[in-house]
Amino acid sequence: MGLLTGLRDSIARVTERLFSASDPKRIGIYGPPNAGKTTLANRIARDWTGDAIGPESHVPHETRRARRKENVEIERNGRTVTIDIVDTPGVTTKVDYKEFLEHDIDEEDAVRRSREATEGVAEAMHWLREDVDGVIYVLDSTEDPFTQVNTMLIGIIESQDLPVLILANKTDLDDSNVKRIEDAFPQHRTIPLSALEGDNMDEVYDRIAEYFG
Amino acid sequence: MPEVTPTDAEDGVQIDLISGARMEEMASMEKVRLILDGVRDGNIVILEEGLSPNEESKLIEVTMTEISPDEFNGIEIETYPRSETADRSFLDRLMGRESTKKLTVIGPANQIQTLHKDENLISALVSRK
Repeated sequence: MGLLTGLRDSIARVTERLFSASDPKRIGIYGPPNAGKTTLANRIARDWTGDAIGPESHVPHETRRARRKENVEIERNGRTVTIDIVDTPGVTTKVDYKEFLEHDIDEEDAVRRSREATEGVAEAMHWLREDVDGVIYVLDSTEDPFTQVNTMLIGIIESQDLPVLILANKTDLDDSNVKRIEDAFPQHRTIPLSALEGDNMDEVYDRIAEYFG
Repeated sequence: MPEVTPTDAEDGVQIDLISGARMEEMASMEKVRLILDGVRDGNIVILEEGLSPNEESKLIEVTMTEISPDEFNGIEIETYPRSETADRSFLDRLMGRESTKKLTVIGPANQIQTLHKDENLISALVSRK
């Protein structure tokens, strides 16, 4: 009897793994350049896997390739949600290599970075249309959220019927204004946080589990 | 009507106002091409009825592939913010139809600068090449 029960349990476990838990949802981290996407991706990855995803920087377009961290297991309220995090380059409609020169980068390197940045944005748009199951949209809460890029990206995400969480990042800064973001996108839930300081990450993980689990 | 001479054209900025009827006949990539060809010539393109979200996504992607140092820095694009309740009727949502009727202004990033935008007004400064 015990043997039969054990066998049944193992078959159930294998079946469950094969048909339900085998495909982690791919969650894209999107937003404009310098919103703190990689800082957030690293925070999530370090909290649950111990590894980082990529280098963080105050120079715009530091992330110029989409990077995926697979099988991030987030535990909430006794259950585990497994997701793949895709950290994407900041989306923009223009890239001028001269902007990099202001960050003590020489011209040759600036041209190379701008070329990689444009390829990265194109790649991010492709991922959004084809390859993500949900979106975490990160905004710098010290900046005006009513920009064309934000309006267009939220529109694109909504047209794909993807679940989306809006994160109002950088709440550790004095001029942070979370309400401005809530007012800009009232149709979506906005969660305040500081990815750099790790403030309010518990609520972020609760909502990730709720939206993408 | 007096003819515009090449000298006049060099002194000014060309504005192309494209009707919704003209865009309706075109495939997504034809629309993207029409816009980028105009913008790369230094023109300001105004679309009576805008683009769908999927077309906006393709416009960003193709723009990125065409950016080249000291030649083309990309585009500035402005539309009125999308109004969630006004844009799509219940039937449209049920049928998955997207209403995209929103005036859209597109120009070269180094020639157009948005001064102000709200739900009812877009104010932009356009300079010559």
